[in-house]
Amino acid sequence: MPVPAHLPPEPDVRPDATRRDAVDAPAGVAGPAVALFATCIADTMRPSIPIATVTLLERLGCRVSFPERQTCCGQIMTNTGYWDEALPAVRNHVETFAGYDYIVAPSGSCVGSVRDQHAMLARHAGDQSLATAAAAVASRTYELTEFIVDVLGIVDVGAHFPHRVTYHPSCHSARVARVGDRPLQLLRRVRGLDLVPLPEADQCCGFGGTFSLKNPAVSVAMASDKARHVRATDAEFVVSVDHACLMNIGGVLHRQRAGVRTIHLAEVLAATGPETP
Amino acid sequence: MNARDEVLRRVRAATTDVTDADPAQDSPIDWIYGRALPTDDVLADFIEKVIDYGATVTRCTADDVARAVADALARLGAASVVLPPGLPESWAEAIGSGVGVLRDDPPLGNADLDVVDAVVTTAAVAMADSGTIALDHTEGQGRRVLSLLPDRHVCVVRADQVVSDVPEGLAVLGPAMRRGRPVTWLSGGSATSDIELTRVEGVHGPRHLAVILAE
Amino acid sequence: MTARRTPEPGSWLGIPPFPKAAPGALDKAEQRRNLRHATTSIREKRAERADEVADWEQLRTAAAQIKDRTLRHLEGYLLEAEGAMTAAGVTVHWARDGAEANRIVTDIAHAKGIDELVKIKSMVTQEIELNEHLEANGIAAWETDLAELIVQLGNDLPSHILVPAIHRNRAEVRDIFEVQMGRYGAPAPAAMTDDPAELSAAARSHLREKFLRARMAVSGANFLVAETGTLVVVESEGNGRMCLTLPETVVSIVGIEKLVPTVEDLEIFLKLLPRSSTGERMNPYTSFWNGPTSGDGPQDLHVILLDNGRTNALADPVGRPALRCVRCSACLNICPVYERVGGHAYGSPYPGPIGAILGPQLRGMDDPKDAALPFASTLCGACNDVCPVRIPITDILVHLRREAVDHKKAGRPSAERVAMKAAEWAMAEGPNLERAQGATQAAGRVLRDRWIGPLPLPVASRWLGARDTAPPAARTFRRWWRDHHDEDDR
Repeated sequence: MPVPAHLPPEPDVRPDATRRDAVDAPAGVAGPAVALFATCIADTMRPSIPIATVTLLERLGCRVSFPERQTCCGQIMTNTGYWDEALPAVRNHVETFAGYDYIVAPSGSCVGSVRDQHAMLARHAGDQSLATAAAAVASRTYELTEFIVDVLGIVDVGAHFPHRVTYHPSCHSARVARVGDRPLQLLRRVRGLDLVPLPEADQCCGFGGTFSLKNPAVSVAMASDKARHVRATDAEFVVSVDHACLMNIGGVLHRQRAGVRTIHLAEVLAATGPETP
Repeated sequence: MNARDEVLRRVRAATTDVTDADPAQDSPIDWIYGRALPTDDVLADFIEKVIDYGATVTRCTADDVARAVADALARLGAASVVLPPGLPESWAEAIGSGVGVLRDDPPLGNADLDVVDAVVTTAAVAMADSGTIALDHTEGQGRRVLSLLPDRHVCVVRADQVVSDVPEGLAVLGPAMRRGRPVTWLSGGSATSDIELTRVEGVHGPRHLAVILAE
Repeated sequence: MTARRTPEPGSWLGIPPFPKAAPGALDKAEQRRNLRHATTSIREKRAERADEVADWEQLRTAAAQIKDRTLRHLEGYLLEAEGAMTAAGVTVHWARDGAEANRIVTDIAHAKGIDELVKIKSMVTQEIELNEHLEANGIAAWETDLAELIVQLGNDLPSHILVPAIHRNRAEVRDIFEVQMGRYGAPAPAAMTDDPAELSAAARSHLREKFLRARMAVSGANFLVAETGTLVVVESEGNGRMCLTLPETVVSIVGIEKLVPTVEDLEIFLKLLPRSSTGERMNPYTSFWNGPTSGDGPQDLHVILLDNGRTNALADPVGRPALRCVRCSACLNICPVYERVGGHAYGSPYPGPIGAILGPQLRGMDDPKDAALPFASTLCGACNDVCPVRIPITDILVHLRREAVDHKKAGRPSAERVAMKAAEWAMAEGPNLERAQGATQAAGRVLRDRWIGPLPLPVASRWLGARDTAPPAARTFRRWWRDHHDEDDR
């Protein structure tokens, strides 16, 4: 029997980190040990994102590990309605990350799934101990910008990225993980970076996982509007904290030969030289 | 099984997960009812919000209401007005001789009311934050139809009837509602936004609302 | 066969499931412009009006709690409401489904020899298709809300909960009024322009004779207060007050989820609802009544308490919060999918995010149209944040997707199920994923930096029809990691 979606509504499950005042990037200070949750999509499709995450976190003084048993948050199965099929991924995730104090992922969507869905799936399957363990892992899981701003207390990560960029706040980072303006705080301190506001930024790009395949025409209509707004900024790069959205927006931009590239925020923050990634 | 028993049986069967029979214990509500808003100037807030709906507000002293009513009717170009029972006789006396005065005593027919230009009523309470006036249709406020069919409504609100917000207003209206009084809330005149979400003031109810605030 | 008395409406039956209906809706350029204009302006107004309320979030929490309290103890509140209404002189009826409610209305009209009535805009009567039932029984039902009038005279279907004619612009409305008003009553004035003020004035005079003639009205209700039996109708135009004041008989059809426990609870909902729906501090008119008042208004009052699938939703503790809905339509106005396809593609009077969760719960998912609705969303979550009663819409969508899939699993295996089974294996542990990545890396090595363009493959074309895709990595992150880090970092 599922637990009723009774109250309290919208509990804030954000990890309770004590926020320190923002400081400049410390050089060589021993920071916390971090377990990287690379996410299956970045691991497979764009490894430069987790590589940049490692580079960045190590530069900020963290000791990064990558537990190799990890796979996926299971969201693609969960959100398509295949809860039974998602459960092994959830179980694997919880067991893989159970021992870590700080689990960091370069994705608002995957972190959102860990926080919002893992315990629910376990309860639905009648596995209360998995639900408890999943909630514990979720409470120690951070989207990358939350970790940098809230735990490390840093907003200037010492990045240099001399380009005109615009930022797309992905829906799940904004409304599920609730990262707020942390990505913008970090972007504003990047040297050389010209940040241009994206019109109608809070509108979904139309990806929606299997929505993009089940309702392709609607998905493309939304993605085309997003691409139009991106092009209107004259940016060289569109930045986000979720690669799935960037695949969707970038797919349309590439088809349109728009000349605008997509880049993950971790890649921007990892950059220190004038060369483009 | 009849429909009543069947629906109730389904409801019972659908809520077997609820084990605490006391609603208050089972489902607490984090809310303090009937609170006022910390508004600096409640009357000013009320006036601002009413005007925002496209209605007019005239401030006057309690002694000057009769003249303010007559002026409002003249300004609205009303050639006829209906008065509900219970209004001060001085108001009727102040109305200009060019305006035909009808009394809803005995009650007028709908066809008669449909061709009357205006109505004058008092109110039960007014809520500043949303610019809302409530009628409980007792003495001076008239039957519901009186403030509905005529095209212009002059509504006299006493300053001491204006509360900060809806919670206080409902606290005032609660006893009347528990007695079974019908209640009507007016926030500006009738309006619609059904065509391209363009607000048009005045559809079926009175197209003009003139509020007189008596202090 | 006798001639119809009211315009024949459009039919939901002809509309295919959402994935097939949506592309057609996207092709209607005029409708898309109308919807974009309307939803954009209304959601900006909503945000402004919500922001000016200091305790907006506390109001939302309290509203959700009050509705949950009511739903969890619904039997007691229903009995309390029934008792209060009966004591106040209202005749209370109960209806298991729409057909039963429709019969009750017809019987009341027939008993009084009434062959026409006026209606207040009501979602529940759309849900049970009351008008067509009345028409078939020789009773003409006239819609009096401006947008409902546009839909009725336009032989159309509603496409929005609050503004059913949101898909129409002023020029279309003018054309409908000019042709149709004269056929069903007072004609539109000659030389009427498409100015909304003139169109509203035409509706005023067209409907005035119907109001004054009507002996019976049908309404829904926004709220029913259990404690006092008070019904509440929230409206803008005054057509509601006309219907509730002038006829001698009023029949109100009320879904059993419309209850709130006390008069005081209204202070929360009457602050939330107008700001959430029309973006106004308060709607122009709200009517409260709980029985006939001697010498004032209708003297014969009926209330029909309707189930029609609500107890299905009530029985599911995960889906139950959908019954908190106060029909404000904030979720429609903020929804990027609704904004682009409009309401008709959802195939029922309840479109948008709330329709995608409410419809399948009320009707079940045997019909493929209903089974497709939970998937008609990107799960972007914008709806959750604007819902004044905090319905976790996306959580319920995902929950219903599981139910739809479970329903489907009983049938033959699909390509989707095969793919999900493969994903289940791949994601069960790291080594499995790594084996699957063998194939993606091989593809990546072949493609190198070459993007993939249009491909005429069945599923791939859904992505590649308008979007390219970058090749997968020739070397995954986990391979990179292994090459760069020691064993003890893993």
